[in-house]
Amino acid sequence: MIRFEQVSVHYDGAARPALAAVDLTVPEGELCLLVGPSGVGKSTLLGAVSGLVPHFTGGILRGRVTVAGRDTRTHKPRELADVVGTVGQDPLAHFVTDTVEDELAYGMESLGIAPDTMRRRVEETLDLLGLAELRDRPIATLSGGQRQRVAIGSVLTTHPRVLVLDEPTSALDPAAAEEVLAVLQRLVHDLGTTVLMAEHRLERVVQYADQMILLPSPGAAPLTGTPAELLPVSPVQPPVVALGGLAGWPPPVPLSVRDARRKAGPLRERLAPLAPRPVADPPPGGPVGEVARLSVRHGRVEALRGVDLTVRPGETVALMGRNGAGKSTLLACLVGLYEPASGSVRVGPDRVVPHRTRPAQLLRQVGLVPQEPRDLLYADTVAAECAAADQDAGAAPGTCRELVGRLLPEVADTAHPRDLSEGQRLALALSVILTARPPLLLLDEPTRGLDYAAKARLVEVVRGLAADGHATVLATHDVELAAELAHRVVILAEGEVVADGPTAEVVVSSPAFAPQVAKVLAPLPWLTVPQIREALEGAP
Amino acid sequence: MPPRSTAPATAPRRPGLRFRTRSRTRPRAGTPRGGSALHAGAWWLWALGLATAASRTTNPLLLGLLIAVAGYVVAVRRTDAPWARSYTAFLKLGLVVLAIRLFFAVFLGSPIPGTRVLFTLPEVPLPHWAQGVRIGGRVSAEGLVFALYDGLRLATLLICVGAANALASPARLLKSLPGALYEAGVAVVVAMTFAPHLVADVTRLRSARRLRGRPDRGVKALLQVGLPVLEGALERSVALAAAMDARGYGRTAQVPPAVARTTTALTLGGLLGVCCGTYGLLAAEGAGYGLPLLLAGLAAALGGLWLGGRRSVRSRYRPDRWGVRAWLVAGSGAAVAALMIAAASYAPQALQPSVVPLTAPTLPLWPAAGVLLGLLPAFAAPAPGREPAPANEAPAAPARERIRRRDPRPDTPPGSHPADAPDHHPTAQTPPAGKRADARAEAGPEEGSTQ
Repeated sequence: MIRFEQVSVHYDGAARPALAAVDLTVPEGELCLLVGPSGVGKSTLLGAVSGLVPHFTGGILRGRVTVAGRDTRTHKPRELADVVGTVGQDPLAHFVTDTVEDELAYGMESLGIAPDTMRRRVEETLDLLGLAELRDRPIATLSGGQRQRVAIGSVLTTHPRVLVLDEPTSALDPAAAEEVLAVLQRLVHDLGTTVLMAEHRLERVVQYADQMILLPSPGAAPLTGTPAELLPVSPVQPPVVALGGLAGWPPPVPLSVRDARRKAGPLRERLAPLAPRPVADPPPGGPVGEVARLSVRHGRVEALRGVDLTVRPGETVALMGRNGAGKSTLLACLVGLYEPASGSVRVGPDRVVPHRTRPAQLLRQVGLVPQEPRDLLYADTVAAECAAADQDAGAAPGTCRELVGRLLPEVADTAHPRDLSEGQRLALALSVILTARPPLLLLDEPTRGLDYAAKARLVEVVRGLAADGHATVLATHDVELAAELAHRVVILAEGEVVADGPTAEVVVSSPAFAPQVAKVLAPLPWLTVPQIREALEGAP
Repeated sequence: MPPRSTAPATAPRRPGLRFRTRSRTRPRAGTPRGGSALHAGAWWLWALGLATAASRTTNPLLLGLLIAVAGYVVAVRRTDAPWARSYTAFLKLGLVVLAIRLFFAVFLGSPIPGTRVLFTLPEVPLPHWAQGVRIGGRVSAEGLVFALYDGLRLATLLICVGAANALASPARLLKSLPGALYEAGVAVVVAMTFAPHLVADVTRLRSARRLRGRPDRGVKALLQVGLPVLEGALERSVALAAAMDARGYGRTAQVPPAVARTTTALTLGGLLGVCCGTYGLLAAEGAGYGLPLLLAGLAAALGGLWLGGRRSVRSRYRPDRWGVRAWLVAGSGAAVAALMIAAASYAPQALQPSVVPLTAPTLPLWPAAGVLLGLLPAFAAPAPGREPAPANEAPAAPARERIRRRDPRPDTPPGSHPADAPDHHPTAQTPPAGKRADARAEAGPEEGSTQ
């Protein structure tokens, strides 16, 4: 269905090709997963399938890409629109019309499908993706997960034979991600659609994949094979695979929790007498963030209702909950972006009221890295950004640059912040915020778009901060991250706190928020692979 | 403490098995295809009718009445959609126009010979060649009142346009464009959404400035986010263009060369005819050939458009229908305009209250009654649904309930109930299940006025 023959892509002004000598074939009706670290050319490869590379992006494509027998060299993206459906990383950039129903119909209108057929397909797609309630809503009012579903639906209505998705679940909560993946699987099985998707969150998708394409490093030839063949050698592994490697299970490696559980009997016995190293209690001290009976309204909508939260120094708190549960609103309240309708918010050692504090003063009490770290960056170069951050925070010149050097050793002073990868940009924004050394650090969806290496580095950084006495609150959908980092998990639903307790207790008792290791080893209280590795190495 | 009610299930679930939660069972809104899905053109005709009426009078009482009529209809019939909020912007714009007009009248003088001098500003002496231009000087009450009337008329025009904008999404108007113009229309609409996106970006980046410890208010803050905002807007435009291309925007069908040539000939010839015909109508000597030429030109241009539409492969998804309500709404606007034009020749004194000598304007009874006809849409147009929780994730209603509704759209007899749209499919407005007792679709016209 998709065939790459000796394809290499070279963008203007780039030192090395974005893709080099790629040969691969994706047969019809397969769910094919594209994995690899950031910046390895995944998006370029996906773009080459839909014809956007090179017709839209420019650059030189050598070799030949054929999709359903059509050569992308001679067919423009619009002439491939009836066979390839593409959803990019940012669903918002994808929408042409302004309401859900019109958006679903847009692609079909372009293809000239008969009105009766369009009507039927729109209704079917609304049902398939659970969008019927939203059909008349303006797209601007939807939450992230809803937008992602609408974006997928808008390309599904044309019944493409190939579906190309770039990180379809990275912005979604676990439940919504499962829903999208279930839909994709149904398309593959019921309609024989070929799906090619890039995704960093392997633990969510790998069990559904028939084939995996691994781009190990920039310019290297891709490896293709089944996930069970490739994952043991992959630089990126979901926790079940890592657990299998650690326990020395014989091949094939487990891909799902079910497979792993079947093999995990002996491991559970070995681990039964051991206990995870107790999480060090945060040092005593007055709270650096205190929220009491907080309610916030957005227009007529009550975004938060009577929320209580206390954060102590050195503590890492994960805020979880489905899209639109009020996580970002809570973080925004802690930095004074919203005024509470009732209740109180106090932050920092000085216990200031955020929305009444001058920004320059607030900066030293609390810092937020927003969902889109790019919003924080204004300057043309990394060096200028750092100098500005030092000035804003009143820190000694060079403070921010030193932090950047620690988080991003490889980044040059002259690099433009917009040219950095997702992970690098996050690290830069984090450094900018940390320059003022706020005792309370807030991270909104920090792992969105990060590969495993960048995530591991983030985990290290946040742990280091916690050891220094910084408190961190992170809003995340990433259960593995929460399990690895958080002392405490707070679950929000519909603007209310429904659970607040130590990570091990909260996540294990809730299947949607449990990490894979916990599911495999339940009822034992293990959460992450490093924990187990440490315990096994310590044990005789 | 174990978390409750947050985690329905972890296994891949079929959509539709999600649990319903309390607040979710209310009907959605936005622009319900049924709810406020009056033909977008009807709203525009109505608003243009009011605007025409406004252009025919300077009587502040009548203009005020027109503003009140437009405002009332917007208040009760607009939806919660983002574009519906543009009405306030137009109101402010109207005030600004009024202020500018008064400013000019005060500082640059007024052509109205006034005798009641209110105050005298120092006059700037100007050289000989700038004769007729005056800066400063006497400010008369007559001049000010004249400027006020004039500015108010302009503001009313703007407010009428704003009302159309708030009541009908510009994108909906696209659906009524001929196929040959569709692509150009999309480009225009995308360009129009640029501005609201820009405003949203500015808001977001200003709050991000706060995160960096810089003041988020003031002109300086606005200027400093300018460049990132423009960069972001440009990036978004490029991404949107890519998405549109990948989704088949601009696909064309093969047409025989003869058809293509005929299209060009018809369109060009038709436009030429329209130009000449208009000239003939306006010029004194061409009254004889003007009208036929204009009509022939129009016909040729329309034929060209129709033929050109064959090059486009597009089909239309649920185009708006022009039903009885659309006739009523458009007709009420046209009636207001017609009555005002008639009144202008019948009672010019009442419509153009005299400024020299200064008299208090009176409300002419019949024209005022005519303006009140413009209120008809407040009752004739379908009531909008209201949005309970825009930011929340609404789970699917059980699939079974929804599938039942997949019948083709019937032609419901119009006018049976004010909130019951004649031209929409039941799914759009009727609640999917009987349990939705609070469905706003049943609410009368007074429902929206609570907003």
